Amino acid sequence: MKTIKVENITKSYGKVKALQYINLTVNKGEIFGLIGPDGAGKTSLIRILVTLILPDSGDAYVMDKHVIKEYKKIREIIGYMPQRFSLYMDLSVEENLQFYANIFGATIKENYSLIEPIYKQIEPFKKRKAGELSGGMKQKLALSCALIHKPQVLFLDEPTTGVDAVSRVEFWEMLHNYKKEGITIFVSTPYMDEAWQCDKLAFIKNGSILSVSTPNDILDNYPLNVFEIKYENLAELITFLNKHLAGAIVARFGTTLHCSSDKTEREMRELLYNFEHVQVRVIKPTIEDSFLLLSQDK
Amino acid sequence: MIGENQHIIIKARDLVKKFGSFTANDHLTFDVKRGEIFGLLGTNGAGKTTAIKMMIGLLKPTSGELKINGYDIYTETEKIRKSIGYMSQKFSLYEELTVFENIRFFGGIYGLNIKTIKSRVEWAEVNFNLTELLDKRVSSVPLGWKQKIAFVVANIHDPAIVFLDEPTGGVDPKVRRDFWDNIYETSANGKTIIVTTHYMDEAEYCHRVCIMSEGQIKAIGTPQELKSKYNVDTINELFVKIVRT
Repeated sequence: MKTIKVENITKSYGKVKALQYINLTVNKGEIFGLIGPDGAGKTSLIRILVTLILPDSGDAYVMDKHVIKEYKKIREIIGYMPQRFSLYMDLSVEENLQFYANIFGATIKENYSLIEPIYKQIEPFKKRKAGELSGGMKQKLALSCALIHKPQVLFLDEPTTGVDAVSRVEFWEMLHNYKKEGITIFVSTPYMDEAWQCDKLAFIKNGSILSVSTPNDILDNYPLNVFEIKYENLAELITFLNKHLAGAIVARFGTTLHCSSDKTEREMRELLYNFEHVQVRVIKPTIEDSFLLLSQDK
Repeated sequence: MIGENQHIIIKARDLVKKFGSFTANDHLTFDVKRGEIFGLLGTNGAGKTTAIKMMIGLLKPTSGELKINGYDIYTETEKIRKSIGYMSQKFSLYEELTVFENIRFFGGIYGLNIKTIKSRVEWAEVNFNLTELLDKRVSSVPLGWKQKIAFVVANIHDPAIVFLDEPTGGVDPKVRRDFWDNIYETSANGKTIIVTTHYMDEAEYCHRVCIMSEGQIKAIGTPQELKSKYNVDTINELFVKIVRT
């Protein structure tokens, strides 16, 4: 049995084709990542799988339950954290958690061990209204609420947007723990360091899935050389490379420049010969290089 | 490069903000120079938003000195508002209005006459390729473009300082980079940019960064200075090192 199975799903909003014949499968206990440009269809796909919207055609199953015919059964076994956390801002931290436990017929006590690592960080503020929490604390509460009925599959739509770098690391440590508990995780993210931690990654663009593979396979199949370039005036170099290397992808990466091109290392060095003190080396591509390549308009 | 003697546009001395018994900003002392891209980093709840709210005149400090573009935060808030532009995490655009109507509306709020507004629209067309979008409703425009429009609107009255509060939150890697090109160009034209971000690679693009934790400034300097001082390779490592200790 596949934990998630998607077969030829389509969805349009008026003339906009949000999803065009999506197919994918997710195995039990996998962390499955969905990445792609803004507006690619990530949220639509997640909303179909959590039975919030209907596809126009095609079938999808979560734990062998059909997203239309058996939507109620799906709702009992999944946890869902939408982009804008669905918390009741007028209720306290404690009341939110209690409310979510109630609607799923669960008790906080029976599944407390599952949420304890996160919930204990916000417990000191349990009397505070959810609307008065910082972004990081809202996120922890939303995750606690999504987990309180011990779901078998967890859907997370950009769960770490607006969350600081340290909290993001902690959040992903927790996801790995849930994976160990056998929970399957389906997550979308704009952060490529997070994408790197997924077991499998689907890249979606304009409503179509362009590739599904492990992060390592994506990098092994990267078709171009990636040059890491250090130079005093990166702006000047970017202009130069864009002018002289048609089809190359030139992007800042922190203090360096990455240039993806079919040129050999020798050709690249010759091209940059006139730039004083320039440092060039060929590096292994990163998921972010891969993202930039796939999101390029052909 | 930023010269040593350049004019100081933001001056904060022992700036304190308390909410009841909670100290959100604890004796912040720093300067920002004209034309700088100044990055404000910190965990959620570190006090970044409070500091920004004081700098844009939305919150009065509990104590301390704060001068923005030469104006005093206690007595000259109105002049400060005219010197600054602000782009919040949730772009405050009117979804039902067209892009042009949004620009005109915000221009009107700042008291610009229609002639000035038109010249600013031209500036936006040239610098941000907005021409084809001007008559479209904001609700129909993709996120990456909304972000640009929000940036244009924050710049509509040609302020000396622009505050960007997590302008790239949730935005994909390609669009983030395009947006930073806009930031660079704007800064190259002499504007001062104060930016908060959770993307540590973006912190590397700032002229100077200030790392806050628990309401205090823990480190301040150019990315290069701080990385060598703390003996780390990236701002991300630096951030984790400072925040976790």
